[in-house]
Amino acid sequence: MCGIFGVMDRRRQMMDGSGIRQALSMMNERGSGEGAGYVAYGIYPEYQDCYALHVFFDRACENKAAVDATLEQWGVIEHDEAIPTCDQPNLRVNCTPWRYFFKPDASLAPGSASPEKDIITDLVMQINASVNGAEVVSSGKNVGVFKASGWPEDVADYYRIEDYEGYIWLAHNRYATASPELWGKPDPFNLHDWSVVENGKITTYGANRRYIESFGYNCSTGTDSEVITYLIDLLVRKHGLDIDLAIRALAPPYWEEIDRMPEAKQRLNQALRFAYGSATMNGPFTIVAANPEMMVGFTDRGKLRPMVVGECGDRLYIASEEAAIRAMEPNVESITRPGAGTPVIGRVAP
Amino acid sequence: MNSNIGSMPLRYRITIDREQCMECGRCVENCSYGVFRWDGDRILINSRNCTACHRCLTYCPRDAIMLEEHPCDYRSHPVWTRQVRESIYNQARTGKIILAGMGSVADLPIIFDHLMLDACQVTTPPTDPLREPVELRTYLGKKPSKLDIVRKPDGDIELSTKLTPNLMLETPIMLGHMSYGAISLNAQLAMARAAKETGTYMGTGEGGLHTDLYPYQDRMIVQIASGRFGVNVDYLERGAAIELKLGQGAKPGIGGHLPGEKVSAHVSRTRMIPEGSDAISPAPHHDVYGIEDLPQLVNSVKEATGWKKPVFAKIAAVNNNAENVAAIARSGVDAVAIDGFRGGTGAAPRVFRDHVGIPIEVAIATADKELRKQGLRNEVSLIACGSIRESADVAKAIALGADAVYIGTAALVAMGCRVCGNCYQGVCSWGIATQRPNLVARLDPDVASKQVANLIHAWTLEITELMGAAGINSIESLRGNRDRLRGYMLDEGLLEILDVKSVGA
Repeated sequence: MCGIFGVMDRRRQMMDGSGIRQALSMMNERGSGEGAGYVAYGIYPEYQDCYALHVFFDRACENKAAVDATLEQWGVIEHDEAIPTCDQPNLRVNCTPWRYFFKPDASLAPGSASPEKDIITDLVMQINASVNGAEVVSSGKNVGVFKASGWPEDVADYYRIEDYEGYIWLAHNRYATASPELWGKPDPFNLHDWSVVENGKITTYGANRRYIESFGYNCSTGTDSEVITYLIDLLVRKHGLDIDLAIRALAPPYWEEIDRMPEAKQRLNQALRFAYGSATMNGPFTIVAANPEMMVGFTDRGKLRPMVVGECGDRLYIASEEAAIRAMEPNVESITRPGAGTPVIGRVAP
Repeated sequence: MNSNIGSMPLRYRITIDREQCMECGRCVENCSYGVFRWDGDRILINSRNCTACHRCLTYCPRDAIMLEEHPCDYRSHPVWTRQVRESIYNQARTGKIILAGMGSVADLPIIFDHLMLDACQVTTPPTDPLREPVELRTYLGKKPSKLDIVRKPDGDIELSTKLTPNLMLETPIMLGHMSYGAISLNAQLAMARAAKETGTYMGTGEGGLHTDLYPYQDRMIVQIASGRFGVNVDYLERGAAIELKLGQGAKPGIGGHLPGEKVSAHVSRTRMIPEGSDAISPAPHHDVYGIEDLPQLVNSVKEATGWKKPVFAKIAAVNNNAENVAAIARSGVDAVAIDGFRGGTGAAPRVFRDHVGIPIEVAIATADKELRKQGLRNEVSLIACGSIRESADVAKAIALGADAVYIGTAALVAMGCRVCGNCYQGVCSWGIATQRPNLVARLDPDVASKQVANLIHAWTLEITELMGAAGINSIESLRGNRDRLRGYMLDEGLLEILDVKSVGA
């Protein structure tokens, strides 16, 4: 099951977390009270040139020194602190959420087209792959992931989510199937620019993971959203595909549809399936992904999971259920349910 | 020269229930090995000639014939088995290499049978192939690893990456290379028609392309083996793809051997060799003495055919298989067929057939893994062959990393073959592995092609159902998806090599 929710303001007008909290809890029927998470863009304006690394420490006193040392090898820690939290009676805290505001030293990735992101990618892979009691859960500029094992309201209150203001929010209400106690398990998953929430379970995890790992990504959490985030990062940042083509590569049209396309389009779609056959995702899923410039939603090509889109003024909503959108925006102007194979792409005004 | 070994115990004993027998003589007519003969109005039996081809049983209208294997016991012994003793008698008498037909008879565990496929239950729903598309369409050939796309000012997208030719298959099952010579023209015709009907391809083997197969040439993969039999530019141009045969699973490291008895006038013309002469292809290609020679051969074949056809290479699965495949992936070859140690053959030295090579399951898994590791997976498609027996084997081979499979023996069995293993004798009673006109005429290409097409169709349906149950709706999503396999009673070392988890994990 799981319930997902995303909202974006096209003119970067800020929304605090209270509305998202309400929207997500409207879908509690889709969750099991064992995981919820939020991600927001635009929350750290005072550190907007730094990569904000949200890290879960098993024990801060034991694990933090190693992470500090690794970060200092690759750049400068401008500031770090415990993420402010407020104990909740229903939440069993088993880690310490911490945040670093970090500036990577671009000269350490010579020749790269995006040296800072390459360093961040390597750092996240390195820290998350090693058994060091530390897990980086988000690593982008001006963005942060807040997640834990519990009901959405408890998780939101634990992180005091209403204190944050962002122009894009994604949220996830988890129906746990494995490791309900792990705080790192629920979505959103984030790697620098990109964040992903998923409702579903891909049947191609093994094929997708083997494909993405051959490009140096390391899937350490075993979650779908991790592999999806890396795939989007590879296709968009490394392979230079526009997001619409990247989505098309991940959830391509059927051959029958391709056969009916005009020649040039047919060739393009065939080439996408040829090149990205191992990246194609199967099985039921609805994915909402965001980076600082956009929010996108797409489903598996059979559309086995729901995706409802709402619009109201400058705001674009994508959610598992209409009720969630109405919980945040009672006066929503339009509600649509795009068919299978029709992605929703919303961009922030330049 | 005489020996003191005398006659061996009977391998098979044929008996006739004389009460049932109506002396119609169909057994006498049908047996091409000379088991039955008339003695006045009575049918006599010479069981020593029997190969267990079942032709007599099949055509006996009264079910009067019975066949028994090993009617005479040896003293049982765990080391000095019947087979070991008989091989020694045979070689003591002849001083020769023992020839054998069909695939390995070594009693080794079959890995496919210890791999279980996955299905969806409640956390993900199965896909119902009756109501939703499940795509088996498979493209074989080189694929780009990334695309160059230009977005023009008017918003149009233009692909500037040039795609190289691929073969399009409606199902990931192809008919493997069995040459005209090793098998009859009617058998080849039957498979060619089946390939056309089912939207797949068949291999010519190394025996050239008979003129009767020209109407099906767009469904043929023409093979170039080390003997270069039947190869000229016209032959290359007729094929949909070209395959360089560098090795064969039944006999890794040695060349092919077609006994002269099978080189009829037509075979001689198609192969471009003298009638009645043994066709012996050398172990290596004499223009490929190292990997760096392979790109030259590939390029010359492509140049000769205008760069319009994919070029495949076939190798036997041996210890350094992954290294071989990675080397080939750099040579310009578009697909690599890997032939496992259980691969079939018309004739191979028994010692090679039963003792050299590695299993196809391991070879495909390690090749796929190595190609991915080296970033070469899109450079070549992988074709698994050598003992693909049923649709589940196809699905498992693909989940281990193959793009498609070749079937050989299974197609012959669909035409009636009983896997008696006497192909090298050239008197196949089913009209398959023979060139004798009276025997060849027994195989009606229309009937046999329907049977082969039925088999491919049935397997295709089964694979569709297996994929649907696993919630997978396109074949590329099954490819290399080893998470959908589990090993049952496989040891840890092998599980690690296959990159498959144990059942329960």
